Amino acid sequence: MILQMVNTLGMFVLATCDQLGKFTLFFAHAAYIAATTRLKITKVIAQMEIIGVESLTIVVLTGTFSGMVFALQSYIGFKRVGGEQFIGSVVALAMIRELGPVLTGLMVTGRAGSAIAAELGAMEITEQVDALRTLRIDPFQYLVVPRIVAATIILPFLTIFSMICGIIGGYLVCAYVLELSPEDYINSIRTYVELSDINGGLVKAAVFGLILSWVRVYKGFYTYGGARGVGISTTQSVVTSSIMILISDYFLTKMIEQL
Amino acid sequence: MPKNVIQLIDVHKKFDHKEVLKGIDLAIPEGKMTVVIGRSGEGKSVLLKHMIGLIKPTSGKVIIDGVDITQLDQHDLDPYYQKFGYVFQFAALLDSLTVYENIGISLIENNVHSDQVLQVVKEKLALVNLEEDTLYRYPAQLSGGMRKRVGLARTLVTNPEIILYDEPTTGLDPITSRVIHELMYDMQQRLKITSVIVSHDVEIFKYADYVALLQDGKIQFFGDAKTIWESENPYIYQFIRGLSDGPIQVDVAHAA
Repeated sequence: MILQMVNTLGMFVLATCDQLGKFTLFFAHAAYIAATTRLKITKVIAQMEIIGVESLTIVVLTGTFSGMVFALQSYIGFKRVGGEQFIGSVVALAMIRELGPVLTGLMVTGRAGSAIAAELGAMEITEQVDALRTLRIDPFQYLVVPRIVAATIILPFLTIFSMICGIIGGYLVCAYVLELSPEDYINSIRTYVELSDINGGLVKAAVFGLILSWVRVYKGFYTYGGARGVGISTTQSVVTSSIMILISDYFLTKMIEQL
Repeated sequence: MPKNVIQLIDVHKKFDHKEVLKGIDLAIPEGKMTVVIGRSGEGKSVLLKHMIGLIKPTSGKVIIDGVDITQLDQHDLDPYYQKFGYVFQFAALLDSLTVYENIGISLIENNVHSDQVLQVVKEKLALVNLEEDTLYRYPAQLSGGMRKRVGLARTLVTNPEIILYDEPTTGLDPITSRVIHELMYDMQQRLKITSVIVSHDVEIFKYADYVALLQDGKIQFFGDAKTIWESENPYIYQFIRGLSDGPIQVDVAHAA
């Protein structure tokens, strides 16, 4: 009984280490290819369109409503201590430092990340990736690197939209729903928000872009088992990248804070 | 007997705990059409992928031009990919690209001028008997037979010395299958290409030079295609006649 438990635990640890090793080596190889071969600019731009333009609506919507609800909740708290004039800075700091990058990362993971894991997964099981190899086209250069580069570049831009929409959403709630002073809202942002806050948020967004694209191309690339396999890869890519984004968020915040 | 261009020596392949190939010894003669036959699920496609290095064996050697390609990494396999063309079972055309982009992909990715690409693509399209109006269609808009022909045209762009066909007529009606067989034969005759075809279609024997039978993870027969119907090898005798009695165990569950 105990021996069986140890055996199961050992197998689990070995399988996890194997997966982690493969996952890391996959990125190392992608980085090597990115550094040693010509970047396919047209493919990067096409991917930026798929990830960026097609995710914009959802990012704008979630950003706006997060800012609105944040303003509303902050008002309830600040009203108790008489600090309503700080709502603007609280909403702006939350959107810029935290909510903007994280929400954008999660939304893009759900919207474009899953689609690309499914696309690559389908390519893998229908031998399209093998076909590229036999035609002497490196699948890393053709498929992997453009997707990772595009997501890493486009996520900060999407995050800027999320930040701005959140701040505007908060402003609308403060000015028109709560009927507070719009000047107070704007002045508190001017007083308390610094450029380093924005930089930190954008760095986070870029790292989230890297993480979500890395996970989804990896999962797509190692798909097997037909249509069911594609479904499993897609789900796993969303779950894994969402968890990785949330975990790395803490450590990134800590690192950026110490810089 | 012509010289051998590919030689597999004691090739074993295990997937998890299942051993698919159990010691394959096979030599492919240059400039000839060799057909590998065998039942579904016997590992014919796995065997074919070993010849081009898409799958590495658990043990054994795959010799091409005197070099064991199992020892090479992905980068060093590049010159060998140049010698080979691979026609996939379901064509493996890139869904998001048009027929023109699919056929010309190896040129487009190497920055060849678009006029030159178009010229080469049209030339290869004519070789596989396809009309020019298919050029800007997507794979999803083509029939199974047309997709296979586009797959072959894409392979021909690289001017390969050896073409590996993975079940080129599976899922096609007898007339289209015959057209594909004639096309492969024509390519081989005209371009002096070495062809290796994985199939379970006995009609291909009319066009082939040699036949190899894969059964129980081993090559149980290798011989001249022209005299195959006279062969008394019990495996080939049973297989080509579709008999249930013989050394090949007919497992209903396996067959289903």
